[in-house]
Amino acid sequence: MNTETFEPLIIAFCCQYCSYSAADLAGSMRLQYPTNVRIIRTPCTGRLEVEFFLKAFERGADGILVAGCLEGGCHFTEGNLLAKGRVGYTRTFLSESGLEPERIRMINVSAAGARPLVDHLNDLLETVRKLGPSPLSRQFQTSKQEISV
Amino acid sequence: MIVAQRKSIPELMDILKGRKKVLVLGCGTCVTVCLAGGEREVSIISSALRISSRIHNLSLEVEELTIERQCDNIFIEKAADAINRNEVVLSLGCGAGVQAIAERFNKPVYAGLDTEFIGILEERATWTEKCIACGKCVLHEYGGICPVTRCAKRMLNGPCGGSREDRCEVREDRPCAWQLIYQRLKNIGELDRLKVVKGPKNWNLGIQGGSRVIIRQDHRI
Repeated sequence: MNTETFEPLIIAFCCQYCSYSAADLAGSMRLQYPTNVRIIRTPCTGRLEVEFFLKAFERGADGILVAGCLEGGCHFTEGNLLAKGRVGYTRTFLSESGLEPERIRMINVSAAGARPLVDHLNDLLETVRKLGPSPLSRQFQTSKQEISV
Repeated sequence: MIVAQRKSIPELMDILKGRKKVLVLGCGTCVTVCLAGGEREVSIISSALRISSRIHNLSLEVEELTIERQCDNIFIEKAADAINRNEVVLSLGCGAGVQAIAERFNKPVYAGLDTEFIGILEERATWTEKCIACGKCVLHEYGGICPVTRCAKRMLNGPCGGSREDRCEVREDRPCAWQLIYQRLKNIGELDRLKVVKGPKNWNLGIQGGSRVIIRQDHRI
């Protein structure tokens, strides 16, 4: 597939105490973040499990951003630290399964961090664009059909 | 409890090579507690297998199920339908669970975990080996610290003299069991126990004497 026409699907799991508010603030500040991003609000990144990430990839996500509170600043004390470990474990599974581990990353932003959040989203988008579509995504399947035709 | 670790996804894909329909069967007891083969791990490993199969253009269909205990007939029965409608079972139980399923169904049952040891949760996400099921417990003589399991040389009359500080010379990441035994016996005022020289252990009571069976006649009808 031509990487210029490839529009990745990015799932951003955002903690409601920080990055979800930061995404809101980005809107108020009129900072544009890519339309490829689908934000899912979570009560805390500690609620996220490895299977959530793998299921998202199974269903065609090209990249995942997990955005939690600054380390030491979790509303539930250590939820973001748990998420950090789970994102790392997910990367292990992605490598073992044949997907690039760079497709998932975790960041820490505060509720005032609209600019860092937007920068991270753009950066992940670029990384995923370079990697190309996930072999599990619909766009990849479509491009394969185009080739076979 | 029994502590196990998962096999890697490439290893599992190799084990499942050529298969089309697999049931990933979890166990809700020991391997759930050691985060290796419970409902969550079944979900994770199944997802990873599906991802791997699609990336490598294999059409592997994966079904997920977790039962309370794989080593107990009452619970195994609950998996019968799922086992029968799949071509092969990938058991995330311990070695006993895998064999219990394999003996009861006429189809391939593969182990998805490596069963490691009988141990305890030492601290968060850290498990340590405490018992090798030798068949003749001597813990009362050693202040509750097992030299058979925790001394690399299995010494009943230790220490060996090779330990450095309080570390085992065979495994430097583990403490010397005999250092622990000495400290423990001293703390509880039973150091005299060490004055008694222990005779050779009868290893035939353990797995070395062949696989064991226990029959309780009082519970049989």
